[in-house]
Amino acid sequence: MTEITEVPSPFCGIGTDDLTIRVDGVSLKVIENGCAVNTPAFEQAVTDTSPRVDGKEVSLEVAIAAAAALLKDTGLPVIGGCATDVNGMRGLLALADRCGAVVDNMNFTGARNNFLALQDSGWMNTTLAEVKNRCDLLLVVGTDLEAFAPRFFERYLWNKQAMFLDDTGHREVIYLGKTPSGDASSTPSGQKAQVSECATEDLPEVVAVLRSLVKGQPIRAESVCGIAVADLQTIADKFKAAKYSVVTWAAGALTYNHAELTVQTLSEMIKDINNQNTRCSGLPLGGKEGDQTANQVCGWTTGYPARTRFSRGYPEYDPYLNDTVFLLASGEADALVWVQAFNVNAVPPVAELPTIVVGRSGMTFIKEPDVFIPVGTPGIDHAGYAYRMDNVVAIRLKKLRDAGLPSTAQVLNAIEQALQER
Amino acid sequence: MLIKLIGGTVYDPASGVDGQRQDIYIEDGHIVNKPSGDFQVDKEYNLKGKVVMSGAIDMHTHIGGGKGNIARTLLPEDHRQDPVMRTDICRSGCGHAMPSTFVTGYRYAEMGYTAGFEPALLPVNARQAHMEMADIPILDKGGYVMLGSDDYLLRLLTANKDQKAINDYVAWTMQSAKAIGIKVVNPGGINAFKFNQRKLDLDEQNSYYGVTPRDILRVLATAVKEIGVPHPLHVHGCNLGVPGNMQTTLDTIQGIGGLPMHLTHIQFHSYGTEGDFKFSSGAAQIAEAVNNNKNITIDVGQVLFGQTVTASGDSMRQHANHKHASPNKWVTMDIECDAGCGVVPFKYKDKNFVNALQWAIGLETFLLVNDPWRIFLTTDHPNGAPFICYPHLIRLLMDRSFRNEVLSTIHPEAQKMTTLASITREYTLQEIAIMTRAGAAKLIGLKDRGGLSAGNWADITVYTDNADRQKMFEKPDYVFKDGQLVVVDGKVVSTKWGTTHTVKPNFDAQVEKGLKDYFDRYLTMKLGNFKISDDEITEDGRGSITVHPLKGDVA
Repeated sequence: MTEITEVPSPFCGIGTDDLTIRVDGVSLKVIENGCAVNTPAFEQAVTDTSPRVDGKEVSLEVAIAAAAALLKDTGLPVIGGCATDVNGMRGLLALADRCGAVVDNMNFTGARNNFLALQDSGWMNTTLAEVKNRCDLLLVVGTDLEAFAPRFFERYLWNKQAMFLDDTGHREVIYLGKTPSGDASSTPSGQKAQVSECATEDLPEVVAVLRSLVKGQPIRAESVCGIAVADLQTIADKFKAAKYSVVTWAAGALTYNHAELTVQTLSEMIKDINNQNTRCSGLPLGGKEGDQTANQVCGWTTGYPARTRFSRGYPEYDPYLNDTVFLLASGEADALVWVQAFNVNAVPPVAELPTIVVGRSGMTFIKEPDVFIPVGTPGIDHAGYAYRMDNVVAIRLKKLRDAGLPSTAQVLNAIEQALQER
Repeated sequence: MLIKLIGGTVYDPASGVDGQRQDIYIEDGHIVNKPSGDFQVDKEYNLKGKVVMSGAIDMHTHIGGGKGNIARTLLPEDHRQDPVMRTDICRSGCGHAMPSTFVTGYRYAEMGYTAGFEPALLPVNARQAHMEMADIPILDKGGYVMLGSDDYLLRLLTANKDQKAINDYVAWTMQSAKAIGIKVVNPGGINAFKFNQRKLDLDEQNSYYGVTPRDILRVLATAVKEIGVPHPLHVHGCNLGVPGNMQTTLDTIQGIGGLPMHLTHIQFHSYGTEGDFKFSSGAAQIAEAVNNNKNITIDVGQVLFGQTVTASGDSMRQHANHKHASPNKWVTMDIECDAGCGVVPFKYKDKNFVNALQWAIGLETFLLVNDPWRIFLTTDHPNGAPFICYPHLIRLLMDRSFRNEVLSTIHPEAQKMTTLASITREYTLQEIAIMTRAGAAKLIGLKDRGGLSAGNWADITVYTDNADRQKMFEKPDYVFKDGQLVVVDGKVVSTKWGTTHTVKPNFDAQVEKGLKDYFDRYLTMKLGNFKISDDEITEDGRGSITVHPLKGDVA
């Protein structure tokens, strides 16, 4: 039995790297600095260690040969999930390039709200250490931040010391949209965050009015979607008075059509504030289960985010048409490869086409895939890299145990190799 | 295997060889002397009438790191203009302004380049830069790690820590980030932007720390010299792009007091305020200062016309420049109490007065600086133009009539504001070889690259002599990387992985005490998780680390 300290987590997206984990054989116990997201993800038991083909246990070599045989003559295989580490994504993209596949990260439909805004007008963003040391006003839009990342407030707002704030307890937190599920956003002295509540689908209207007020446009209405315009005016005034305000949102929480326009309005509002003699930055949340990792590696390998196809011999990005769900429903896809090394509950969509799953040990299926290869989890079973939500820091993940599981990269590289030799 | 290159016309400034016919022997990846006695040549290449140089080295090119990937993500429409098909040998990808990693490697190699150096490795983003560069095939690579706007350094300065404390921190950062040089970008300005300062002159104080850019340049240049790093402090100065910044640049040269200093993309820092448009060329004054100060080296950052994207650590200036974004979308970031970045797409137009004059200022600089060992050929890829434009730039430098032909097509007011038409100089092949090979290797401190004498790695490019220098330089007959034939007739025929060039300056281990406390209190990761280990570069079996000697080391 050993205890490993300073363990970084790929699960919560906010780059916690202070966990202490007790390793007993292949079982893990988080004994310090766990949270509702990280603890179960680290403690998930290893079940399968043998691959299966048609439900029967086989050797890794046989499973790889079977996967390669399934992919050999496909017209448009789809590689979904894409939840792994940097090396896993490298292997995944090499395989996709070789067999003309579509690559689609499972969180892309949410992340698309950010990408469409970024690719249309851009943004001004910040990262976690700047928040920790500078942020004097945090606006949380449409997101239950503490459910998303339970330790966000403890680590990045209520930290004891900040370089540029005399007292972090004087920071102000304001919610727009959802009311938070708990009290993590209350200051250490118990001051609750201000909440201007509205329905999630009303955010476009509310955010548009807030931006207008920031720009000094007159608003005649007295309330918008249940929020008093005077309250929004107060928020606008606080932005102007703050030295380094931050606006945060989780793109995936904006669950209505064309939420990219909300992200764009927020991002343009942030630019407006920076033209009013103060600073303000955006902080898009994400980074869970390898989503930023998938987009980063796909970005440098192809030029595009991780909803890209190789079917014509070169990468083509389409944030709508390369959606796994769409390609399965339309019948265009003729094989599915599901790669998910982090989350046993993120199983592939049930589909009537040849299915290969490269998944975290412990995954169970409604419909047994044609090929299942259990793999280790980056940061538990092997070293690797995962991008944090702020997209700048690639955390170096540690190997904590040896459960005899291969890495995603080893499996996907072997399948690619097998296809090359055919 | 022994390879013999027969009878090529060799330009090897590192050995003083200027256009002599010579045979070259290659064995085990290296250039070797002609073996004595009887020997068997396994493979011969008849290079009679061909021009032979060592592989070219781009000493300043943005090929790895977060801002480049933001630039990629920002511009799907640019990639769609230049899709790159997969082949039996090469991976697919995209090209043009900010190519994918694999295509970066192929296209550099196809122009005869065998190494590229990323000039803005953020300490906290160095992992990403190395991971991206690990996916660039064929090329050797390396990076200059960015300091100067990081709060740790500024706190050391306000606490009046001595030069030794600075030296230890600089050396520690180089080792942590696996770097070969130190870069400073808008010294202290990226930090000042976070405090809402929108400009920072050489002697202007950071509003929080009270430190000036001049202070930062002095301590960093001193540190680089004292810890023995061969590459001089690599400086992206104050006031990038601001009319009148020529004076800032002249003051920066004077202010460094004779310490070695490299001023990068100096074209963007050579502007006067004369004329009807209050924008003029300062190239003559800058070139004179460079000629007179032997401690100064420069690269140009030539602007060439067309669509590109500017990706810089200079969040302050990039924010100011966003008004010129074309297409109109842009990104800035404040990063981890460490640095920042700004990404702004640009379309340089020959009929735009400012862009046309920027083009002329870059060329004036090339032609007015006398010593080719102290000036380097760059476009600050992709900021002035994508690197694929280098053969065109070489033709502009080597062919006066072609240069004047292009000059006659640019904005007429810009033509009036440049002395370019009267400059008769044409670069020679040897001067090109100095700028892009021997000089670059010497400047970076690469001990066994950039030359063709025995003992060097066999990075060799063979061209067919052609009066049209663009045609000549865009399609080499052969390129060898570490002795392996990787390009024939301007196309990749095989690939391999290059090495990562670094230096490892020493530091007092006590430096980590202060750093650990700082990381625990203020940063978001543990010190131990911040440092990049050698294994991270080498563990995939294809990367390697080459450590070059420090100044004063016995080779």
